[in-house]
Amino acid sequence: MKKQNTFIVAAAVTAAVIAAFWLLLAAPSYTGNAINMTQGVTTQSAINYQLHMTVLWVCVVIGVIVFSAMFSSIVLHRKSRDHEAAQFSHSTGAEIIWTIIPILILVVIAIPATKALVNMEVAPETEMTVKITGFQWRWKYQYVEDDIQFISSLDAVSNAARRLASGTNPRSVDNYLLEVDHPLVLPANTKIKFLITADDVIHSWWVPALGWKRDAIPGFINEAWTEILEPGTYRGQCAELCGKDHGFMPIVLKVLPKAEYRQWVQQQKTHMVTQQADIERLWSREELMKLGENVYASQCAACHQSDGMGLAPAFPALAGSSVANGPVSEHIDIVLNGRDGTAMHALGNMLSAADIAATLTYTRNAFGNTSGDVVQPRTIYRIKNG
Amino acid sequence: MSNENTHKHAHAHDHHDDKPTGFLNRWLFTTNHKDIGTLYLILALVMFFVGGAMAMIIRAELFMPGLQLVEPDFFNQMTTMHALIMVFGAVMPAWVGFANWMIPMMIGAPDMALPRLNNWSFWILPFAFTMLASTLFMDSGGPAAGWTLYPPLSLQGGQSFAFVVFSIHMMGISSIMGAINVIATILNMRAPGMGLLRMPLFVWTWLITAFLLIAVMPVLAGAVTMLLTDHFFATSFFNAAGGGDPVMFQHIFWFFGHPEVYILILPAFGVVSEIIPTFARKPLFGYSAMVYATASIAFLSFIVWAHHMFTVGMPLTGELFFMYATMLIAIPTGVKVFNWVSTMWKGSMTFETPMLFAIGFVVLFTIGGLSGLMLAIASVDLQYHDTYFVVAHFHYVLVPGSVFALMAGTYYWLPKWTGHMYSEKWGKIHFWLSAISVNILFFPQHYLGLAGMPRRIPDYSTQFADFNMISSIGGFIFGASQLIFLGVIIHCVYKSRVKAPGRVWEGAKGLEWTLSSPPPYHSFNTPPVIDSTTVAHAEGTH
Repeated sequence: MKKQNTFIVAAAVTAAVIAAFWLLLAAPSYTGNAINMTQGVTTQSAINYQLHMTVLWVCVVIGVIVFSAMFSSIVLHRKSRDHEAAQFSHSTGAEIIWTIIPILILVVIAIPATKALVNMEVAPETEMTVKITGFQWRWKYQYVEDDIQFISSLDAVSNAARRLASGTNPRSVDNYLLEVDHPLVLPANTKIKFLITADDVIHSWWVPALGWKRDAIPGFINEAWTEILEPGTYRGQCAELCGKDHGFMPIVLKVLPKAEYRQWVQQQKTHMVTQQADIERLWSREELMKLGENVYASQCAACHQSDGMGLAPAFPALAGSSVANGPVSEHIDIVLNGRDGTAMHALGNMLSAADIAATLTYTRNAFGNTSGDVVQPRTIYRIKNG
Repeated sequence: MSNENTHKHAHAHDHHDDKPTGFLNRWLFTTNHKDIGTLYLILALVMFFVGGAMAMIIRAELFMPGLQLVEPDFFNQMTTMHALIMVFGAVMPAWVGFANWMIPMMIGAPDMALPRLNNWSFWILPFAFTMLASTLFMDSGGPAAGWTLYPPLSLQGGQSFAFVVFSIHMMGISSIMGAINVIATILNMRAPGMGLLRMPLFVWTWLITAFLLIAVMPVLAGAVTMLLTDHFFATSFFNAAGGGDPVMFQHIFWFFGHPEVYILILPAFGVVSEIIPTFARKPLFGYSAMVYATASIAFLSFIVWAHHMFTVGMPLTGELFFMYATMLIAIPTGVKVFNWVSTMWKGSMTFETPMLFAIGFVVLFTIGGLSGLMLAIASVDLQYHDTYFVVAHFHYVLVPGSVFALMAGTYYWLPKWTGHMYSEKWGKIHFWLSAISVNILFFPQHYLGLAGMPRRIPDYSTQFADFNMISSIGGFIFGASQLIFLGVIIHCVYKSRVKAPGRVWEGAKGLEWTLSSPPPYHSFNTPPVIDSTTVAHAEGTH
């Protein structure tokens, strides 16, 4: 019986060790799944990676020493080997040693840890500023100096594939859940300041390649900074639970060389002039309905559902609702300013006047609603801008 | 009160057959510490399986990318309820159950100091958890903002939120009363000769835990009350638009929350410190150091809370303070681990199921402690925070930490409680299946977090698919293995015919082993005589 037990224990321990090594060494290359922190593309991410590896190795060494002592004791000092129990119960010397050595190890770790934190938190003189606002469940980016702004939401292909029992295999979608409609475009080798806040609940803006995350908190403006050393595309996600679609608000950075970035900024500015002209003209009902259907699908359908039937009890139906069939001014007010105490948040600062006008027109004339109203973009623009 | 006293005086001698008759008298109106301990343990076991079922739903949804089983909102309800039920419904009541059963028997007291309060402390809980669980069936669904209940998100919940808050109030009242009872019992009811530094470590760790409970449960009650009034009575404690501060909630919550996680683990330290000396047949190494280390950990738990909040945008000096303070916890925790290993060193060890779970605890809790040291480094925490690395860390300290210690304690004292031996063979099978599967379950989650997977998401990018599948498989095996635990307990209570002696384990020391197995319904009505052969720490350490 004793022999059998020893055999079972030995077999189990061997199996566990083999499994652990397989997980550590073989699995990542076999599956292509990363197992370690990225070294990233900023000085901050490189410092954090180094610090992470240092502390990891310190922990591994401590673990190996402690567990070796323990397992050799388990092998040697067992009753089945007729080992007589010693009766000592303390050793002041040993206890002093294993209090002092950890203190020294901690001091050695604390020095680089302090330096890294200071580098992280004390921003250098920055060259440009981007304001990031978290919404349920998308990000808004404002380039403070260049007066450019846009909303970045989960890409439509991922958004369709991620529905419960959608029938689409996520593996067939490129960058499943990590793709957006409008990526945040940034210049490389430029010191950038981020001002991070939120409009509704707390979110957290995280791109691992930058080496940090920062909470986006309503009523607070948090600061962070970066200097991205290599052009490329970097992906991240919201890291703070922010409601049902927390898993579906990715972040994509498109980092361009400085000259290309300037070109992109010019394009955006031209685009905005065209947009302003677009707001002033008179839109046809068909145009508004078509745009409205798209905007509704990407911005509203998550809660109110694509058939306008809502999701009781939190998300009311629009089909036949007193708002979508009542006075236009009240409907506009709810869409622009949200409704307190509900999940309906203000869309006035999130969407363009054309998008809002189109959505209003669409919701008042779809799902069996027949108000016949057409809301013009310029009407919304005038209300928004006093 | 006078009835109770008369009743006790009438039974100055130990009897096996003076239990109240009738189901209601025996269980609903009970003031007996052993019966109340049993009730707590049964409640904890039920909640362990309820919370476990929720974990199975979570792991099933995360088995592969894409949403296959549940809507995201329900997934969030599951993660929230899983945590609330496991923390407040499984681990905390289980420790109070152990305290009820063991503290009076370990210090030579006839019962807990406040038996009627004891009854009330327990009977609040089934109602609290029924109410909490009922929110899942309400129109607005269960809480879905995580067990941390951060506003403004938690305030978006519907009417059911009031039930969540009230159930947390009830759990808090129960915990505070239980803690008062533990302190009153330990400080007033010790048998003559049972000096404070002669008490078993389980009693010491519970004494310190009880002070933590009294200090922090009112803080939690205050925090959730402010959420309640923000939600229903238009106050703006945490609403920035009304001049409030959503980050203030996090400070208040974690001022409760960090001591809370030590409330879950300190009694585990105590149980393991009882079990290892027994099966090593050697006194606990560094008894006084263990007591002082526990007290230091408890003190430090009050000044490290903001290490849960390195990403909220604290000033640099604040971050440095909380980083250094957190790193300090490694020192007393290290002392404990070294002392356990030294207790085993040159012992004469046998490996019955309680010892296996205790060794599993030391190894796996240490892994969780080491990843805790990594998380303390504030700068790198800006990468780790809110990822699966954190999920792996706290599950290592809570599952193969607290829960393994609970299982170790159950196997250790089950023969004492029931008078029968459990099946050693099935206990060992339970241990090995649990120990292996818990690592398959949680170890790959370190990789997921480091590779960039945030926590609390119902679906993930395909680059995280393989380790999630491995983790889920480990989860299913771990979940199924716990049915063996249930089977072993039921077998031991109802079927086992192997009678347990008073001193169940050859190397066991302490007053509880001087009693018969099962102990008489009223034990130590006459204080026992304390001598160095019956007490594990007869002369402190010296």
